[in-house]
Parts: sequence; structure tokens; C-alpha cells
Amino acid sequence: MSTATPTRAPRRSGSRRRLDSSLIVGIALVAVIVIGAILVASVGRNFFSAGNIRDILTGMSVLGFVAIGQTLVILCASLDLSVPYVVSLSSLIAADLMAGNPANIPFAVLVVLVVAALIGLTNGLIVTKLKVNGFIATLGTGLIIKGYLDTNYKGTSGQVPWEFQLIGATGVGPVPVSTLLMLAVALGAAFFLARTRTGNHMFAVGGNEQVARLSGIRTARPLIVAHVLCSVTAALAGLLLASRLGVGSPVVGTQGGYDLLSIAAVVLGGTLLMGGRGSIWGTIGGVAIFAVVDNVMSVMQVNPFLKDVVRGVVIVAAVAVYTSRSLDRRRPRFTAGAEPPAAAEPAAVDAPKGGAA
Amino acid sequence: MSAVTSDRPSAGARLARLGRTLVSPRGAVFLLLIVLLIAIAVLNPSFAEPGQFIRFIQRVAPVAIVAIGQYFVIVGGEFDLSMGSVVTAQVVIAGNLIGQDEAKSLPVLLLMLAFGAFIGLVNGLIVTLLKVPSFIVTLGMMLALLGGTLYWTGGAATGNPADGFREIGRGGIRGIPVIDILPWSVVVLAAVLAAAIWFSKRPFGRTIIALGDNPTTARFSGTRNWWVKTSTFMISSLSATVAGVLLVGYAGVHPSVGRGYEFIAITAVVLGGVVLGGGRGWVVAAAAGAFALEALFTVLNFAGVPSTYRDAVQGAIIILAVAYSATTFRSRRRGRGIEASSDAPSQTSPDAATQTSPDAATQTSPAPAEERDAEASARPAPIPSTSRADNETKGGS
Repeated sequence: MSTATPTRAPRRSGSRRRLDSSLIVGIALVAVIVIGAILVASVGRNFFSAGNIRDILTGMSVLGFVAIGQTLVILCASLDLSVPYVVSLSSLIAADLMAGNPANIPFAVLVVLVVAALIGLTNGLIVTKLKVNGFIATLGTGLIIKGYLDTNYKGTSGQVPWEFQLIGATGVGPVPVSTLLMLAVALGAAFFLARTRTGNHMFAVGGNEQVARLSGIRTARPLIVAHVLCSVTAALAGLLLASRLGVGSPVVGTQGGYDLLSIAAVVLGGTLLMGGRGSIWGTIGGVAIFAVVDNVMSVMQVNPFLKDVVRGVVIVAAVAVYTSRSLDRRRPRFTAGAEPPAAAEPAAVDAPKGGAA
Repeated sequence: MSAVTSDRPSAGARLARLGRTLVSPRGAVFLLLIVLLIAIAVLNPSFAEPGQFIRFIQRVAPVAIVAIGQYFVIVGGEFDLSMGSVVTAQVVIAGNLIGQDEAKSLPVLLLMLAFGAFIGLVNGLIVTLLKVPSFIVTLGMMLALLGGTLYWTGGAATGNPADGFREIGRGGIRGIPVIDILPWSVVVLAAVLAAAIWFSKRPFGRTIIALGDNPTTARFSGTRNWWVKTSTFMISSLSATVAGVLLVGYAGVHPSVGRGYEFIAITAVVLGGVVLGGGRGWVVAAAAGAFALEALFTVLNFAGVPSTYRDAVQGAIIILAVAYSATTFRSRRRGRGIEASSDAPSQTSPDAATQTSPDAATQTSPAPAEERDAEASARPAPIPSTSRADNETKGGS
């Protein structure tokens, strides 16, 4: 790839990059499904049975919610490590406020979303106003929430009414309602990124904050909005978990490892960890890859500890496949010919929004 | 510095400079550490006794060693999230392979070091050659290594290395006058810290910082980037191995030993004023960050704060510490823009002096940092490498 001459480079890398983002994720997903189907067939089971597809889609929904929000934050070149604690906290608040009474559902959901939005607002303000790195800021707020949870909750708490549990339990054909809700949120987020001003500014701020500021963008606002939305989607994941479990749990978020897994899913979906490039649909593809791999391993009854080994290898291998297609994000400072590895990339940075549209 | 400058700075000026160092983000961790140690001594006077204090250092040693290893990776512009899993894996390896046979101690120790270096090599090569973000590589390594370790042990605590091996973590040189016992951990920590200081003063150590600051410049000045970066990962895995050896003796064999060490190490390093994204930081401050963190936990313990609030306080402290260093530097830079012309000449000479006398470097640290600042405003806006806040914080810690 680095052999491309400067004159040819723009068009070629442009077309290859369009191939890069969502399509590559799709290809990887299809490959994983094919391999999975073969493996599952080898132990005499049907991968495409309605029950199995429902299992996969169910597995996608919770991580999907968290990963959608995480995508927005990562697009802005920040991170959110506080999501698992937001998930736990919202499941507890929801279950406690509902207390088994269906009449309390709207109120409880509203409170959960407001609390989550406030947490996200705090994250965003710490990152933008106090200039704390997103990694540290959200690690810190996550620890603060963890301290609150550990102090005030000794175990599961609250009671979720049956009406609310139906959200996690019912489905349309083989498709669970929770997955449909997740996809609806994904659609909303994709629309937000592609069609609204703040959404577009997210790409600009994530791509290069200084250039964005010099172009007249208020760089703080997209970041704060991204953090708020990320916490809100984490809260939706917490609500969904509460509806599945029937109670709120202080460890449900950390047990799922949603912080690191959601970041892995986002990166698996082709979004750059350094921000500025990526798409929601790629993330959904990344989440689907995780769900399929997990499902295949459960069907084949892989040792639970070995599952982590496979997960780790899949994450690294998949991302290695994407990035081997030269994702050196740094714009060449000098002429394209002077910088050997990044020579094929000059057009890529010029159109950072291509991936999302 | 007095050797070069024409007018020797008076004692008062030196004191003022020391004071400025302590309030600067780079020195703030030492100030925090001193305040915390005094707080502990007030809450529990027996803590100030040498014997108790040396026990405190013994307890911090593994964390500090891990933080020193993490420092090299972070200052080189990357993350290592696999350290905790490496610690766990090494603890389990020691427990299972040594058993009660003391003769096996040395071969297994060598095997552990080789294993640690190998893990670092794999991490580093995937990061440098396959261009996968280090966050993802080490995250995958963390999952895979922990899963593999638990699979090997079946998820339960197994194995118990010979007492001779455990001595490294819990024993020490006895019969020393004032402190009664000098734990091996403290000796190991001192050796690791001395080696780290020596290493970061070597050309190779400086190259790591250059690489973290600007990979392109580093490459154009002839650095083999892939090898330098890979070696930082090997250093961090080796330091995790050393911490594992100490923890086997101190905490015993359990699959949960080492869990969360990666975040503790990153917290300690950041507390030490090292900038995430690379290029700025001092290894001694990173180690001091580990001490400050552990001292903070000790204060909370003595103050009777419920252990569940420990995390919350830790979270608040790291946010405040980083916010402090980020905002202080912003205001200082803004102020300097006006007086830069009058300031610059007097700053140059101490800067030149620091390069000739290495031990003066600790005292004059703010001067060269500010010097770099002045230059920073002249060059075009840096492109952020890994993290958002770089442009603001990179100014000078």
C-alpha cells in the first residue's frame, strides 16, 4: 500500500477507505458467522435455528446500548470508563423506585435517565472545563460511583414489576424487543451523527480539536453532549438488565465488564480510538461479532476461562486486520513522499465524515 | 546551576525555586505525599517510627515497581492494561512450578523473567508492527492471560511456593540497628528505582520520551521506533514480573492477586504528573505517585473511613490532581505570553547548566520545562497523539 504514488493516492485511498469502515466490519461479521455456523454444525446443532438467533440478538442488546454511547464518546477522542457503574446504579435506582408497582414505571425510568444524564454532564464538564483526560476523569467518576454503590448496597435490591420485565422477555418472532429498542437507539444515534450540527461537530472535534476550534466550533459542547448521551445509553442498558433480572444489582455492570468490552466493540467496529472517524453501524457490527463468538463458544461448551482467551485473541486479531490497512491517522506534515508508511493516506484525513454517512 | 550563571542564586532564591517546584504539577505529588505522611503521623504517631515506616515502604513496593514499569510505557505514548494479568500469571506460575522444592527457585525465577519479557515482546510487536492501538492489544492480552491462568488453575487457588522463595517478598535482612529489619522488598524497590533513574538518563531512556512526544520527529532523527516502543512494553512486563515475585511472598498465591493493578499503576503514574499520551514525565514522580496513593489509603484507614469509600476518595483525588496540573499550566502559559521576552534570557543559563550537572536537574526542573513552553508557542499547533487533553497538559509537566 505504501507504494502508491502521491498522484494516484487520493482516489485510491479514498475508495479503499470507504471499503474500510462499515463494509469491512460487515465482511468480518459474515466470516465469523460462516465459521461459527460450520463449528456449530460440527457438533450437530443448527446455528440458524430461531432459538439460537434469538440468543445471539439477546446477547447483543445490552452491550449494544453501552457501545452506542461509547462510540459517540470515542468519536470525540475521549473515553468513558464509568459505564459499568452507571449500568449498576441505574438498575438499582430503577428497581428500588418501581418497587413492584407498575404505576411507578414512568417515574422510575425518568429518574434513572436524569441521574445518568447528570453523571454524563459531570464527566463532560470535568473533561472540557477542568481539562482532565477522559480516561482519568471517567475512571475517577466511576470509582466515586463504585464507592457509593459499595457503601449503600450490600446485594440485590428492589423489585421490578412484571410489566417491565416483559421488555426483556418478549419478542417479535425471533427478534427480542430489547434488540429492536437497541437498534432504534442506534438509528437515532446514526441520524444524530449524520444530520445534526452537534453530531457533525463531534467528528471535527475528535479529528483535531485545535483545527475545530480555529474553524469556529465550540469544542466543549459536542464533547459534553457525547458524555451525556453515553451515560444515558448506559442507563438504558441498566434498565434492560433490571428488567431481565427482576431486581437491581450493584455488580451487574462490573461483572459484564462493559467498560472495556464496549471500547473493544467500538474499535472492532472500525472506529478510531483516537477519535474523528467511525460509525454507529460499525459498532453494531462489532457487538454482533462479539455476540456470535460468545454464542458459538456457549453452544460448543467451551470452558468459561478459555472463552476469555478466545475473546482476547479475537479482539486483537480483528483490529489487527483493520489497522494493517494503514490507519496511521497522523496527517503527513511534509510532502507525502517524505513519510514512508503514511504515504497512502493523504486524502483520508481530509474527509473524516465519509465513514458515517 | 551556580557554576554557569554569573550571579550565584541566594539561599532565598533557591528556596523560592524549590517552593515553585513543589507547587508545580511535577512536584505537586511530593507535596501531596509529604502532607499525607504528616497526616498519618498525626493520626497514628507510631507510624513515624523507622520500623513502622519501613513496613509501609515494603507494602508499597509492588505497586511502586508496577508504576515504574507503567511509566515507561505511558511516557512512550502507550498504555499497558495487561500488567495486572501478568502479575497474576507470574504469581500462579511461581506457586505451581516451584512447589516445595527450593532447588527449583532459581530456574523458575529465570523462567518467569523470560515469560514476562516474552509477553512484553508480543504486546510491543503487535502494537508496532501490526499498528493495533496499545489499549486494544493489552486489553486482549489482559483477557487472554487471565483466562489462560484461570483455565490452568481451574479458577481456584493452587500451589504454594517454597518458603525460601517467599522470603523475597516477606523476609529481610535482620539485626539492623534502627529499623530492626530491612525487608528485601525495599531493597528490590530501591534497586529498581535506581536502575529506572539511571536508564531514563541514558540516551535510550531519553529516546523513549522523544518518541512519546513526537513519533515523527523521533523517526526522522534516526530512532528505531518499533524497537524502542517494544522495549517499553518489555520493561513494563518485567516490572510486573518483579512485583509478582514480591507479591507471592507478601500476599500468597491466589488468582485475584494483581487484579486491578493496571489501573492502580496508571493512576499512580498520572498522579506523578506524567502526561497520558506521552512525552512528559519523571520516573521518580511516578514512583512517588504510588507512594502517595498508598499513603492516601493508609490515611483513610486510620481516619476510620469505611473501606467502601476508599474507591470514591481515590476517584476524587485523581480527578483533582490531574485537573490541578492541567489548569495550573494553562494559566501559567497564558501569563507567560506577555512576559516571555524579559523572561527568556535569564532562563537559558540554568537550562544549559542542567545538562552538565545531572543532580541539579531535580532542582531546576521547572526551568527547562518553561523553556520548552516558550518554544512550544512558536511551533505550529501539535497534533494530538492519543488523548484529547494533550495540547493543554503537554505544555510542561
